[in-house]
Amino acid sequence: MTVTAVLEAKGVSIRFGGLTAVCDFNLAIQPTELVGLIGPNGAGKTTVFNMLTGVYKPTEGEIRVSGVNTRTLKAFDITKLGAARTFQNIRVFKSLSLLDNVKIGGHIHYKYSWADSVLHSITFREHERQAEKEALELLSMFDLDHRAHDEAKSLPYGDQRRLEIARALAAKPKLLLLDEPAAGLNTGETTELMQQIRAIRDKFGIAVLLIEHNMELVMGICERILVLNYGKTIAHGRPEEIQRNPVVIEAYLGEAVEV
Amino acid sequence: MRNWLVRDLAGIAVISAVLVGISYFLGWIPIPGMAYYNRVIVTIGINIILAVSLNIINGHAGQFSMGHAGFMAVGAYTSAYLTYFHFQPFLATLAEGPGRFALQQALFLGALLAGGAAAGIAGWVVGLPSLRLRGDYLAIVTLGFGEIIRVLILNIDKIGGARGLSGVPAFANFFWVYFFVCIVIIVSWRLVRSQVGRAFLAVREDEIAAEAMGVNTTHYKVQAFVIGSFFAGIAGGLLGHYLVYLNPGMFQFTKSFEAIVMVVLGGMGSISGSVLAAVILTVALEGLRFVKEAFGLTSDPRMVIYAIVLILLMRLRPQGLLGNRELGDFFRRRKGGDR
Repeated sequence: MTVTAVLEAKGVSIRFGGLTAVCDFNLAIQPTELVGLIGPNGAGKTTVFNMLTGVYKPTEGEIRVSGVNTRTLKAFDITKLGAARTFQNIRVFKSLSLLDNVKIGGHIHYKYSWADSVLHSITFREHERQAEKEALELLSMFDLDHRAHDEAKSLPYGDQRRLEIARALAAKPKLLLLDEPAAGLNTGETTELMQQIRAIRDKFGIAVLLIEHNMELVMGICERILVLNYGKTIAHGRPEEIQRNPVVIEAYLGEAVEV
Repeated sequence: MRNWLVRDLAGIAVISAVLVGISYFLGWIPIPGMAYYNRVIVTIGINIILAVSLNIINGHAGQFSMGHAGFMAVGAYTSAYLTYFHFQPFLATLAEGPGRFALQQALFLGALLAGGAAAGIAGWVVGLPSLRLRGDYLAIVTLGFGEIIRVLILNIDKIGGARGLSGVPAFANFFWVYFFVCIVIIVSWRLVRSQVGRAFLAVREDEIAAEAMGVNTTHYKVQAFVIGSFFAGIAGGLLGHYLVYLNPGMFQFTKSFEAIVMVVLGGMGSISGSVLAAVILTVALEGLRFVKEAFGLTSDPRMVIYAIVLILLMRLRPQGLLGNRELGDFFRRRKGGDR
């Protein structure tokens, strides 16, 4: 393939003490791909996310974001390379306004110093005007613009999730990493979210990597799915293939039937 | 045309003119004990600078610093060193007149800024390693650094050591104190409404999320620390040149606590809250001096009452007087959202 993969993980493993949380993880995501990462509880999905976004450093293996090896990079550097994420347990800036939340999302694009801020220089004004415009656009995409000045904690749970996605999009990423975006949402909200995620991918032309428990969501929108169990990749393929894969059914879907 | 700079300079000129007017008015008020009241007003101003600058570190960036008095000391001694050993002797050689007056003001401003810069550098040196720590650990380390600075000064004989430095030129007055009150408020106000300030707030709210959004958290913590320390240094310089005396004992950690109490009482992150709390606490501490005489007590209950007031306030309003809002927010309540 001639295009650089937005994300490339080769033989990535991480050990916490004696526990191998993730073992030999491989994944390449091409621009505009929609990939799902599924697996039972404790399979290591979020650990993979944390390695991809620089929160943890892998013990072995190599991760490249936009072709750059992230071994020595901090989380904020990886964001600059074009990978923005959301969190499983929502991490919006609770006592800040929705607008400020999204503006912080665009942090890497609004470059001016404290001196510009204090003097209200031209650079400051230009960036602020742009920040305001972009943040409002993103908020209106998620129907949150009418509450732009409210504190994030005053939003209902589902809206906080969407605010988090809006905030991540403000970073104008090439790869959007969503950690269980449908967690805690009802069926109606989940369906809406599915459409929204697809719309985001189409509108912004970005790749999406999605961790999800909700089978319906993953099977419905992902073009490719990777299944983790006990830190190992047990299957990798198109949704139809995954659904038929006996190993997956045993590890994941089979278990769900027993409960 | 850089008309934004012109507008700011015009603003500074207007502020200065108003302050000169007020200071003449204060000097003119013919009531007995006005000198004392003026002293209280200046103390309030210095405390406002301390509280608002600490609020940038503790309130906005959420880094619990207990070393503010140390940075204040650095600024106080640096500026006093310049004026006492260099500027004052030089000014004494000049003939009395408006030229000397103007030069004295300019040199004093320079000394204050140098004091602020020295405090800022100290903040950077202290902040760079210690801001990797969080919460309690950071508080303890900054407390320690504040004390180290004080003990260092205690042992430098050139600037008076434990005897203190007396005869610091009396350059500070109402004008200079409130000039910097205005500056620190404007700077902190503009900062918090910029991407830099939003980065501070993001660090306070959630460091992991802030990093995920591309905010270099250490960088912004240090930046908040340096800016806060700079103004603490300015406050120190003003204090020394107002009291005409400096002593390391003035910058003990209790001084840092005073500033912390103001920030917490005003509401962490609220600029107007810090100002309000600085005014209330300074006035309360002065006002309580009269209690002993008024009730014919043998010992001074001032600090006991002060402590009780603090406990009650924290019990009744743990989020501080204004919470994380500004005074203006209470007058124009935004629609929607819970208050």
